[in-house]
Amino acid sequence: MKYASQSVAKPYFAFAMILFVGQIVFGLILGTQYIIGDFMFPEIPFNVARMVHTNLLIVWLLFGFMGATYFLLPEETQCELHSPLLAKILFWVFAAAGTLTIIGYLAVPYATLAELTGNKYFPTMGREFLEQPTITKIGLALVFIGFLFNVIMTVLKGRKTVVSMVLTTGLIGLAAFWMFAFYNPASLVMDKYFWWWVVHLWVEGVWELILGAILAFILIRTTGVDREVVEKWLYLIIAMALISGILGTGHHFFFIGAPEYWLWIGSIFSAIEPLPFFMMMVFAFSMLKQRRRDHPNKAAVTWAVGCTIMAFLGAGVWGFLHTLAPVNYYTHGTQLTAAHGHLAFYGAYVMIVLAIISYAWPILHGRQANSLQSQRLEIASCWTMSISMLLITLLLTAAGVVQIWLQRIPDDAGALGFMATQDAITVIYWMRLAAGVSFGIGVFMYLASFVVAARTSEPTEPLLAEGAMS
Amino acid sequence: MSERFTKGMARNIYYGGGMFFMLLFIGLTVDTVVAIPERENRDMLTAEVEHGKELWEKNNCVGCHSLLGEGAYFAPELGNVFDRRGMGNEEAFHAYFSAWMKAQPIGVPGRRKMPQFNLTDEEHRALSEFLIWTSRIDTNEWPPNKEG
Ligand code: HEM
Ligand code: HEM
Ligand SMILES: [Fe+2]
Repeated sequence: MKYASQSVAKPYFAFAMILFVGQIVFGLILGTQYIIGDFMFPEIPFNVARMVHTNLLIVWLLFGFMGATYFLLPEETQCELHSPLLAKILFWVFAAAGTLTIIGYLAVPYATLAELTGNKYFPTMGREFLEQPTITKIGLALVFIGFLFNVIMTVLKGRKTVVSMVLTTGLIGLAAFWMFAFYNPASLVMDKYFWWWVVHLWVEGVWELILGAILAFILIRTTGVDREVVEKWLYLIIAMALISGILGTGHHFFFIGAPEYWLWIGSIFSAIEPLPFFMMMVFAFSMLKQRRRDHPNKAAVTWAVGCTIMAFLGAGVWGFLHTLAPVNYYTHGTQLTAAHGHLAFYGAYVMIVLAIISYAWPILHGRQANSLQSQRLEIASCWTMSISMLLITLLLTAAGVVQIWLQRIPDDAGALGFMATQDAITVIYWMRLAAGVSFGIGVFMYLASFVVAARTSEPTEPLLAEGAMS
Repeated sequence: MSERFTKGMARNIYYGGGMFFMLLFIGLTVDTVVAIPERENRDMLTAEVEHGKELWEKNNCVGCHSLLGEGAYFAPELGNVFDRRGMGNEEAFHAYFSAWMKAQPIGVPGRRKMPQFNLTDEEHRALSEFLIWTSRIDTNEWPPNKEG
């Protein structure tokens, strides 16, 4: 670790991992409720478990992005963070708000939570992914603003690299589009239209800038390839992300009441969206090929390269699969959507956060990389999680195909009802649950690799070679 | 990548392209916002419908169901439930809907459970008004059939 203030990243990463475990536990509950419908009912109804599952995902990824930013910014700008204290305070505010919200979900019925938090005075609750009470949403906005202040002040006083500028732009975009979470009109169509300004413009817009910046940082550090080359790639990737992804939002406007021209615009532009993900993959492999050094942290490189492959599969291939309007007409809101959502989130965002944690954690503990023993376990955990997630995706795809076949394609007279169709898919859901358990084992292996690292790794002199690389 | 393609050019594509498409998107959004009232029959969006939407959100119905294909996939699509269960008759649908809500949770062991929300008759009526209004939104012919 070259800058003392980088260490504020530690609690962010650690807390992210705790929430990740929680997310998976609730994923397993959901997977069980899909088969045994009254499992844990009425204590934890499906909708409650689902909110916990998805909100934990989003929040731990945000913790991961913040930790990543605090870790890489000092190295990029070559100066200490503007205010490590602010970073620490915001950590506690965010962690407390997040924890209280999850407790609220689990402790009382959702309608009671809405009443307790005064939702009727400023209704923003009860929409997918945006279930948080309004005060939590406001708290989150304040945390973003404080965080951005810290980031921008640091960038302003230090060296301005492309990586830090792209990261900062991405984070500003993240905070800016969050504001649409507060817009909840009486018109359902308007509500849905602008809901996507948070959801789509995050994952297929500004988050891609964050992803690209973190990926570029890891590749610069681990391959030693010239910045000039990396930066050109980064600009091109994010250019394509925005050029395709902004109008690509239209792939969500097909059937929610928006005008017909979105069928064309959404299909055409979102069909280009796989390109930036493909470029990320080519970028990673080409950097590896041109590498000027062999970084001892093989695990971090595995995560980073794996991230580009899985993101391309999840977002690129599985996204394309259902993004053309005539196809989406049949697949819209089926298990196929869930298949894509899982692999895309995992490949693009889970893996990049695990990659930066993998790269940063040893350095934050005074060594360049973990012991071989620990890395072997970590790389095995990467394979376990990735293969399990691929299985989950393939199984949900199969479930989706059956669902579309029985429920969507036949006419009114021939179509099987929703519940009967679900019954017909039970066997596949059992297999998905098994793959989910295997994913959980992967998470356990990942966490265990850090324990092994703490026991087996020798602290080394902090990274003299690193100085020459930047 | 070739040397003739410089970093500066890549940067300009990023800023230029990003800005251009964001502006275009905002332009299209203005057009969409103007077109929505007719497509969703805003003149029929009564206070009761609005109250129904509040109840839909307050009870997190979208945590199990989808509405116009968005939400969760654990329970049936409700954007067209009026067409599926109401047979085009609003009064019949109100009666059906209220009875349905009161019957929850259905006691079949192992079956997926819908909670009891303890709503009043007025609230049931507002919710079903909201669902009737939703079923009339012009969704470009989606869903393909009545099962949603
Ligand atoms: C890493 C990037 C991405 C992530 C994290 C992601 C995630 C998701 C999630 C969670 C949903 C479900 C939203 C809901 O609950 O309603 C979704 C829907 C969708 N995504 Fe993506 N996605 C990504 C990239 C893409 C790309 C690149 C494409 C197209 C090539 C795409 C096409 C779609 C489509 C068409 C839907 C709507 C599915 C439906 O109609 O039910 N996604 N995405
Ligand atoms: C043990 C493994 C997991 C299981 C069994 C599982 C199960 C589920 C289930 C049953 C749903 C609800 C689907 C519905 O609405 O009907 C869901 C939603 C979701 N899960 Fe998972 N999950 C797991 C792991 C993950 C992981 C690792 C991620 C992130 C990469 C993730 C991201 C999501 C997302 C984004 C949604 C919302 C999907 C959408 O709206 O289309 N899950 N999950
Ligand atoms: Fe999208």
